[in-house]
This record gives sequence, C-alpha cells and structure tokens, in this order.
Amino acid sequence: MTGKGLRAAGGRHPSRWLDPRGRHLGTWAFVLNRLTGLGLVAYLYLHLIVLSTLLRGPDAWDGLVAVFRRPVFLALDVLLVLGLAVHGLNGLRVALVGSGLLVDRHKALLVAAGILVGLVGLVAAVRTFV
Amino acid sequence: MSDRRGLGTVLLRVFRYRNGDGAPRYDEFRVPVGPRTTVLDALLGVRRRQDPTLTLRHSCLHASCGTCGMRVNGQEVLACVTRLDGLGDRVVVEPLAGAPVVGDLVVDMEGFYGRLEPSGRPLLRASELADLERFEDCIECGLCLSACPVVATDPHYLGPAALAAAGRLLEEPRGADREAVLGWVDDAHGAWRCHAAFECSEVCPAGVDPAGAIMRLRRRLLRDRLSRLAGLHDREARP
Repeated sequence: MTGKGLRAAGGRHPSRWLDPRGRHLGTWAFVLNRLTGLGLVAYLYLHLIVLSTLLRGPDAWDGLVAVFRRPVFLALDVLLVLGLAVHGLNGLRVALVGSGLLVDRHKALLVAAGILVGLVGLVAAVRTFV
Repeated sequence: MSDRRGLGTVLLRVFRYRNGDGAPRYDEFRVPVGPRTTVLDALLGVRRRQDPTLTLRHSCLHASCGTCGMRVNGQEVLACVTRLDGLGDRVVVEPLAGAPVVGDLVVDMEGFYGRLEPSGRPLLRASELADLERFEDCIECGLCLSACPVVATDPHYLGPAALAAAGRLLEEPRGADREAVLGWVDDAHGAWRCHAAFECSEVCPAGVDPAGAIMRLRRRLLRDRLSRLAGLHDREARP
C-alpha cells in the first residue's frame, strides 16, 4: 500500500496475465509466448543436465534412452515441438507487426500462426506415435 | 429473480477499498435491471438506496468524458454505456487495473495524465479533421492502460495512450519538436516495450487504435535507425 491508497486493484504482477476475464486473442498470444519461452529455457537446462549422463558411460545413457521411449515422454516431446512452433511462429508475427509491417493484418497473421501450429503438432504426433 | 416492479435483478459484486483499510473486499448488492439499465445506472442506484458511501466517478453519461472507466467482469468499459442486461446474474465491478486505487472504483489518474503530458495532447480543429482524426477521439479514459499486459509488469512503460499521442504528434506536429518527440518514445520503456497484444485497441471505447499507432511509430523509428546505420542520413535530415 502507498500513501495514495491501494497500489493497484489488479496489482502489478505477471499473475495478471493469467486473468482470463475480458481478454482477447492478442493477449492470449502474448501470454502463450511468455509461457512457452519460459518452458523452452527450462527445457534447455534440463536437456543439458540429461546430456551430462553421457559422462557416466554408455550403459547409463542407454538406460535413460529406454526411459525416454515411454509414451508419456514421447507425449512431452510432442508438447515440446508444439511449444517451439507457438513461440517461433507467434514470435515471427510479433517481429513483423512490431516492425510496422502488416499491422492491419495482425489478426489474420495470428490465425495463420494458429493453423500452422496445429499442423506442426499434428505431424509431430503422427510421426511420434503412428 | 425479479423485484417488486417485475424487473429482473442482478447481483453486483463491487470492489471496495478506502484509504486506511487493511485490504480490499467485495460487497454484494442486488439491483433491478431493465433492458436499458447501464452499469453506471445500477451503481448510482446502489449509492442512492443501499450504500451512500460507494465511491465512483462519472460525468457526462454518454461516453464522452471518459471518467467512468472501470472493469466489469474483468473487461475495461465505460460504465455509462455498458448495459447490465446480458452480462449474467452476477456481475463483478472493479476499478481500472494498473493505477492506485483512491477509493472503491476510483483510481488515481495522475500517472496516466503524467505520461500523456509530454505529448502536449495534440488536438485539431474540427474543420481540419482528415486522415488524422482517430487520435482526436481519445477521451483519456485510461482503459487502454488498464488492459495492457505490459503495464501489468512495467510501471515505467509510457503506455498506449501516450504513445498514440506521440504518433499523432509526428504525423501532424503543429510546430512541435519532432526530435524531442522521437527521443521521448525511442526508449526501452517507450515504443519498444509494446509486445503487440493489441488489447488497448480492443478495449478503446473511441476506436483510437493505439496499438496501430505504436506500430507505425516503431516503423518510423526502425526506418530511422536503419538509415543511420546505412549512413544515408541522420535524424536531423528526416522530413
């Protein structure tokens, strides 16, 4: 609180990004970009930790690969591809629109990115499980 | 549910806070709703008949002054032109986000006006309106600042209204110093801080499209930087 009253009703906090009330597609794209960005950074570190298993020899690595072939980890792989697609394609839209290009088409770009993400996810799921 | 006059009723869940209170709370008021009842009508009815201490701000009653901006079911709106009918049986009314709450539904607009002030609030005479007319419609209600997801985490961000005003000033400077305007917005907390969520343009009750103005501003800044990088001309040479 401040001398002028409550600091702000909604607060200044990233949790406000997750308040779904009254928000439109652009904000959800904004939120998705942040969540996938954080997820991808976390994955990068996790990936490096997993790779360090190689230091413990081929048996340790083969055992880990056997674990990662379980369906739940394969599903996480598809989720990873989806996250990459969301972050990359929406990032491309933000870069274009944010440079003043295709500003009047920003909603169409978002829809196109959404369709492409769906297709990428579908291909990844088929190639992983079928 | 309906009241004695046969009108339907709605349960208003209203944000309450007074300076000195430990924490905000929500009070509930059941109000009658006709087909043309606005949120502001209902709130003024609450103040007249149920709780005279309810604090809110309003003036013109026809979306012209921009003083009755608030969040209704989480959406930034002008209460004077937002009908209650169709919003559901339980409607949550809260002050704008991203600004200090002075009391109940009233926020301190000083920060908003402070951000806007360096623009000189560019205005045109009615006889001169042409392609530039959109920003003329800005009623300084602050809905854009409340809806912007970047404002939620960056208190130094200039915000949509001020940046749209800057863009407007560059398009028709009326003697303003273009370099000063560009220096003002060419900042990490200025035009570059926007993340293209376009929520400001979605909630603007006057159709100003601040996000579009910010993007045009960035195109101009980018062109300027690229030109300088290529050694074509410096900022002073820009028309």
